[in-house]
Amino acid sequence: MEGGYSRVDEDAHPQLLDLIPKDRNWFVKKDDHKLEGDEKKLELRLGPPGSEDWSPSDAHKNFKSPQKAAQKRSAPAPVVGWPPVRSFRKNIASSSSKPAPVSDSPVSDSQNGKKEKMVESCQKGFFVKINMMGVPIGRKVDLNAYDSYEKLSIAVDQLFRGLLAAQNDTSGAMINGNHEDEKANTGLVYGNEEYTLVYEDNEGDRMLVGDVPWHMFVSSVKRLRVIKSSEIAKICCLGKRQEKNKFP
Amino acid sequence: MSLAGLARDAGDAGDYFIPYPDQVLENVLENVLVFLKSRRDRNAVSLVCKSWYRAEAYTRSEVFIGNCYAVAPRRVTKRFARVRSVTVKGKPRFADFSLLPQDWGAHFTPWVAVMATAYRALEKIHLKRMSVTDDDLAVVAHSFPNFKELVLVCCEGFGTGGLAVVVSECRHLRVLELIEDEVFDDEVDWISCFPSDGPSNLESLSFDCVESPINFESLEKLVARSPLLKKLRLNRHVSVQLLYRLLIRAPQLTHLGTGSFSPLEESNNENTRETDYVSAFAACRSIVGLSGFREIAPEYLPAIIPVCANLTSLNLSYANIDAEQLKPVIRHCHKLQVFWVLDSICDEGLQAVAATCKDLRELRVFPIDGAENAEGPVSEVGLLAISLGCRKLQSILYFCQQMTNAAVVAMSKNCPDLVVFRLCIIGRYRPDHVTGEPMDEGFGAIVKNCKKLTRLAVSGLLTDMAFSYIGQYGKLVRTLSVAFAGDSDIGLKYVLEGCTNLQKLEIRDSPFGDSALRSGLHHFSNMRFVWMSSCQVTQEGCLDVARQLPRLVVEVFRRDEEEGGQRGDFVDTLYMYRSLDGPRADAPLFVKIL
Repeated sequence: MEGGYSRVDEDAHPQLLDLIPKDRNWFVKKDDHKLEGDEKKLELRLGPPGSEDWSPSDAHKNFKSPQKAAQKRSAPAPVVGWPPVRSFRKNIASSSSKPAPVSDSPVSDSQNGKKEKMVESCQKGFFVKINMMGVPIGRKVDLNAYDSYEKLSIAVDQLFRGLLAAQNDTSGAMINGNHEDEKANTGLVYGNEEYTLVYEDNEGDRMLVGDVPWHMFVSSVKRLRVIKSSEIAKICCLGKRQEKNKFP
Repeated sequence: MSLAGLARDAGDAGDYFIPYPDQVLENVLENVLVFLKSRRDRNAVSLVCKSWYRAEAYTRSEVFIGNCYAVAPRRVTKRFARVRSVTVKGKPRFADFSLLPQDWGAHFTPWVAVMATAYRALEKIHLKRMSVTDDDLAVVAHSFPNFKELVLVCCEGFGTGGLAVVVSECRHLRVLELIEDEVFDDEVDWISCFPSDGPSNLESLSFDCVESPINFESLEKLVARSPLLKKLRLNRHVSVQLLYRLLIRAPQLTHLGTGSFSPLEESNNENTRETDYVSAFAACRSIVGLSGFREIAPEYLPAIIPVCANLTSLNLSYANIDAEQLKPVIRHCHKLQVFWVLDSICDEGLQAVAATCKDLRELRVFPIDGAENAEGPVSEVGLLAISLGCRKLQSILYFCQQMTNAAVVAMSKNCPDLVVFRLCIIGRYRPDHVTGEPMDEGFGAIVKNCKKLTRLAVSGLLTDMAFSYIGQYGKLVRTLSVAFAGDSDIGLKYVLEGCTNLQKLEIRDSPFGDSALRSGLHHFSNMRFVWMSSCQVTQEGCLDVARQLPRLVVEVFRRDEEEGGQRGDFVDTLYMYRSLDGPRADAPLFVKIL
């Protein structure tokens, strides 16, 4: 049944899924190791948190007769979600600090999807924090969902419109009414003179969004901020190296 | 208003005349029902007749929603008008193990939006496996002037920014418990956002899962002005030195999460170290629950000995300690009822537990290393020791590399009170390592002998025989968890036809297909959900079920979010559940609803 799925930016996950051919059957060979460099890093990142490279080839083994299955298996490839232990618990051997851990084989970092997810979001910026001046609650945007500044700006606008409304209206009744309003308004940044989108790049510099080509922006942005246009002069004059402060 | 009074008002008619008898009955009923708390009893009451249904709906103050997609929020608020407490559960449990794609759903937003206007007097929200945004938390903070308790278990989607809004605006907040959530670090100093004017009402504060550092000075001041604080669970950024400072300010605590339980690097206070901690703990005469120990320096563990005699709950499941480090502590824990631990303590550690903790009700042994090695620190030896020592055991979760039927059978006989039996043999398809036989007989004995068993998780090498036992004897089983087990459809058929009380079924990587699925058609509508991933059900089989059971929502998807839900000939993941309000409107594109 086709549902009313009207979300536009649905392929939030990059097209790298195409690396896994669609008509592959259960027996996935270990070709994955042929991936190199960026592709491999990205491929690891695609999995849901906590996943190692999934390998249903082992899952298929259970369809053989039990007699065969009874033979001891030697070190099979790690299976997603197995053993059923939450990611919180997966890196205890490596995180226990001073005394040497009992086990000499600490669980590898790739098994701790949660850690990986946090690291990823800092380094490559797929999910980037965004704050708005005057709004205590920060958000996150997935930059892979957009391919232009215009789309990003519209998304940012949608993000914060609700927050601004919620701040101004304590009854909370705005929530339902938001969706209609969003479409009618122009972007918060594009074509809006009151607010400006700025970002902090990987060198700690604050820059105006829109100055560099999109792909260059995506590869260097670390976090975003929506400020009032009147504040721009202030920010630029503060110069490059701020001490590692949070956006207030 | 007495009945006699009513009669008089009716005009002194000679007959005994009571106007609106239904209304009187309803009033009486409502006054009685206020005392009825159990939701099962309440559900039964509501089925008696319309008038009882109304009375029950009017007096229900705690609502429990086991599956957020089983019913629309508005339906709930329309039926139950005067609710003080709401519990909502979202994602299926296998989401904890990365088997559910990221944006699958379970959003709290539609719930909070409806409750914001319908339940202005709401005091408590308890969520499990829901996706909660900072916006949602803001709505909570702004909409419920009397809000008192927020408990979030295994939730995600929010950050310290959202927490800041809640703690600063909910002036009556008594309980804030964050349990195994994923909390974004928005670099907001939320601890400082608690109102600082006057004493606080805080009774329980748990943030051990929050990965970001906190402002300790603010926390210390908060604790100092919270005379009612009983439960405090710190995160790993609180060192043992800082813990000490809190302990001396809050000797009234009953439950303590000890943070990292290791010193900061710069510690050089060798001489007075141990004495101080011991007396700090000794001053806490009310502590009955300890947890934390997130990065434990084992030499500090003996500091808790003064409170061991009173402990009923001890969670060492993040503490990488061995048997020798455990023994001096555990031998004082005579009253222990709940014990969570890592398998680093080995069978020997479990033997020490069995020797002392005669009152143990719940045991969880987690693996320090999840790789499928041949050897493992705990085995059937530990399980047997526990079964011999802890006869009152009700709930066990045991991870091991290898097991024997004999030990499991022994436990089934020694611990007849078992309600929850979850054995996870990490080596998949592993048989009894002594006899080489499948683990059928062990699990069979569990379902046969443990007459109160309601929750079961199986593992190891299992044939259809095991499932035949489960179907035959597991009449009270409500939750069943299966992974890498069984031979054929018959296995699942046994279960679906035999387990008449089955509510939650989660299966992965097992050879059960359409024919087995069809054998459950008579029962699926009585269940909360069925999960089958990497099994042998096909799209047609699922469609068949969807057609025959229109009240069931049948979702099909792929873990890697490829659309269509199929992997080769089979469906990757099937997740189905009953719903009063039809398929959900917020399903992402990769989820196909049949």
